[in-house]
Amino acid sequence: MRWRADLAVPASNSPPDPTLVAFNRFGLGARPGDRDRLGADPRGYLKAELRRPDVAMISLDDPAYAGVLGSTAAIQASMAARFQRRLDRSLMTAAAEQAANVPAATNAPVMASAPLKVGAPASPPSAAPAKPMPAAPPVEAILYRAEAQARFDKALRAEAGFVERLVYFWSNHFCVSVAKNNIVRASAGAFEREAIRPFVLGRFADMLMAVERHPAMLFYLDNQQSIGPDSRAGRNRQRGLNENLAREILELHTLGVGSGYSQADVTSFARILTGWTMAGREGRLGEPGSFVFNANAHEPGDEVLLGKTYPAGGMGQAEAALNDIARHPATARHIATKLARHFIADEPPPAAVAHLARAFTKNDGDLRALAAALIDIPEAWSTPLAKMRSPFDYIAAIRRAAGPGPTNEPGQSLNWLNALGEPLWRPPGPNGFPDQADSWASAEGMKIRLDIAWQAARQVKDIGNPSDMLDAVIGPSASPETRQAVARAESKQQGLALLLMAPEFQRR
Amino acid sequence: MSLLCEPPRPSRRAVLMTGGALFAWAYLPRFARAADDRDPRLIVIVLRGALDGLSAVGPVGDPDYAGLHGDIALSLSGPHAALPLDGFFAANPAMPVFARLFKASQAAVVHAAATGYRERSHFDGQDVLESGFSGPGHVATGWLNRALESLPAGERVARLGGLAVGPSTPLVIRGAAPVLGWAPQSLPAPAGDLATRVLDLYQHRDPVLAVALRTGLDADRMALDDQMGANPMKPKGGLDSAAGMRQAAQGAARLIAADDGPRVAALAFDGWDTHVNEGGATGRLATLLGGLDGAFEEFEKGLGERWKDTAIVAITEFGRTARINGTVGTDHGTGTVVLLAGGAIKGGRVIADWPGLKPAQLYQQRDLAPTSDVRAVLKGLLADQFGLSAAVLGDKVFPDSGAVKPMMNLVA
Repeated sequence: MRWRADLAVPASNSPPDPTLVAFNRFGLGARPGDRDRLGADPRGYLKAELRRPDVAMISLDDPAYAGVLGSTAAIQASMAARFQRRLDRSLMTAAAEQAANVPAATNAPVMASAPLKVGAPASPPSAAPAKPMPAAPPVEAILYRAEAQARFDKALRAEAGFVERLVYFWSNHFCVSVAKNNIVRASAGAFEREAIRPFVLGRFADMLMAVERHPAMLFYLDNQQSIGPDSRAGRNRQRGLNENLAREILELHTLGVGSGYSQADVTSFARILTGWTMAGREGRLGEPGSFVFNANAHEPGDEVLLGKTYPAGGMGQAEAALNDIARHPATARHIATKLARHFIADEPPPAAVAHLARAFTKNDGDLRALAAALIDIPEAWSTPLAKMRSPFDYIAAIRRAAGPGPTNEPGQSLNWLNALGEPLWRPPGPNGFPDQADSWASAEGMKIRLDIAWQAARQVKDIGNPSDMLDAVIGPSASPETRQAVARAESKQQGLALLLMAPEFQRR
Repeated sequence: MSLLCEPPRPSRRAVLMTGGALFAWAYLPRFARAADDRDPRLIVIVLRGALDGLSAVGPVGDPDYAGLHGDIALSLSGPHAALPLDGFFAANPAMPVFARLFKASQAAVVHAAATGYRERSHFDGQDVLESGFSGPGHVATGWLNRALESLPAGERVARLGGLAVGPSTPLVIRGAAPVLGWAPQSLPAPAGDLATRVLDLYQHRDPVLAVALRTGLDADRMALDDQMGANPMKPKGGLDSAAGMRQAAQGAARLIAADDGPRVAALAFDGWDTHVNEGGATGRLATLLGGLDGAFEEFEKGLGERWKDTAIVAITEFGRTARINGTVGTDHGTGTVVLLAGGAIKGGRVIADWPGLKPAQLYQQRDLAPTSDVRAVLKGLLADQFGLSAAVLGDKVFPDSGAVKPMMNLVA
């Protein structure tokens, strides 16, 4: 049995319905009424979305996105919570010791200044240290949910959703993982809002710069504690160079693997990046939780990267290097290939890749121009819709088709993402989640999509006629078999679940 | 390369069973099973992120080890003493099950091993490890799937296909041979005949999705049947957590133990990329190794009678630097360990042509130098367990690897 998804979609010589291409290949799926609003010009509709001011932004001032914080404030909250936990622990240890020494259990008031958790005297003092009472969710979890909610809300509100898809593309390209530690857990959502969204229709070099200096990335790829061996800090302390960020910038963020850089380039770039770090809780280097350049940790001296010498120059050394590799031809090819694979086909047409690479270089990495070039590629409109929606896009499409779910609360969507193997901001590695159709058309994945479609359909209060929904969401190009399956369902719920499982809803 | 100029070197068992009829060797397991009720199974665990072999199985007898691995080096003394395997190597104390199996001759280590890949990209390294090709860029099929495909048509192992555990199928088992996918159940099942109707629609419109969905439903049914319909397994954690690893093994063992279950399985455990604060006998890496050890234990328990026929192999894309880095972790390296466990393994041995850890002995003066090829280990297991010939292994399963000879006698 062949598993190659692109081979097995029923052959069809006619190109796919352009409105379906606009909503499914480029966007997040049609909401009821969207297909009518699009009118007769799908390309123009997508380009109009690119021109809308601040279309990619989630603003802290927007009351619709209450509960999200800037990364500096988020990280400060996380650091403060960590400090408090340590304090609690030492107080608890002290309390336990005291309880062991003083037989009477009436010594609790002595600890009046300690937080509530210390309260209840432990059963027998000789047993394990007193367990804290069930605590409120940690601040990082609260922030993560607020950020997730903002992302799902934004997906619901988007017109075609092309710009959101671009945000997800770049966020996966420059991924961080909340599995790393609490700093990243607290700031992964802010990272996307601060380092990805403002530049998704701006310049690649600017996005690269914002990403690599963001605390979430500096922690995720270990640069915050990489120290130049001959820097002042390096000579005084035991710690030294960590080449993780340098390697992944070259391999994943810019040039791409096999593009000609060497181990020596990686090490040299790692030295260039030393000193790019985050100010700690005590604020000795700057505002706690914000990016700082720590000159004391920066490796002194000139460095050679990809054959070019970057003279010693503190923070400017890495900025100059990043500016150059952002404009390197290998970067243009790497980005063009990934973008074409994401939006057109697993094996993207070489002409489309070449066209995008040219557009990237010609416009100096202007990502709005690059997105417009993508819309203009004929293959984007003629290639059969054979890719699979990623789990996030599938869930967003379900919400857009069937409504936001029972509560204004991201828990269910987050659980669905976990079950489908694409937990939000938690990729398996710095190369992000996979982007090939067969990664998402796995046996287990399809079984779970079935469960999700059913759960989603059951939640909708007033479904109306599922066949009308099929017309509104997929349109006239829905296959006769899909049309019949939805029409003959034994209940409205089942009809809607069939629509959400239909190949036209899964593929893009 | 023909069999005549490249005679396969079958295990002692194979020679005994065939009475010297080497040409029949490729089909041996069928006869072997009839004769002695042997029903071999092979479980492949991919450790993604590059396992530090020197912290999993430490060369505590090497005078240069402690200096290089610094604060995280294993030691035979102290509160978290490593578990001695032989006079030279000791297992991380987070792996008591593995050490026990080793003593019982049911676990072995191949040390200073690497694939043919010599760069340091995780993703290319994993592609090479899992695809079985000698270089990166081949991501459509994996060696384990091609091994299944290479078995005689209708042969039981081939017919029952493979098992992939987790929400996505690891590359190592992707390909044309049928693969069952399974992960702990998390959502209520749909009511009525929704599944049948969706399958019917897919059969008409999207055969690929039809196969995927049917396979997923079948796997779920098998896992549930085995529990007599009682509490379906709820996910306990991702495959980068100790609890998640243990649970994945528990579920996989159930499916593999079944008489009509798959005979080969692939699992991928994440999280081994320990650049910072790796820890030694305790800490981050030790926690992960404890998860892997828990997986070995679950397989031993869950496979029951079939444990004696089972070989488990844990492999990783490459090793890590011999010297710890500036952040008490290790960076991407080369040589590492292959861990073998299972009742079928001829264990109690650390198989290593030890290269030494002096600066000049390190690969590029930074990594444990590879002296064994991971593919040789895998070929040896496939030959011993399923009777695949050296020619097929060197050509189809691990393309262009004829020069890498199967490591024989890994199976008892």
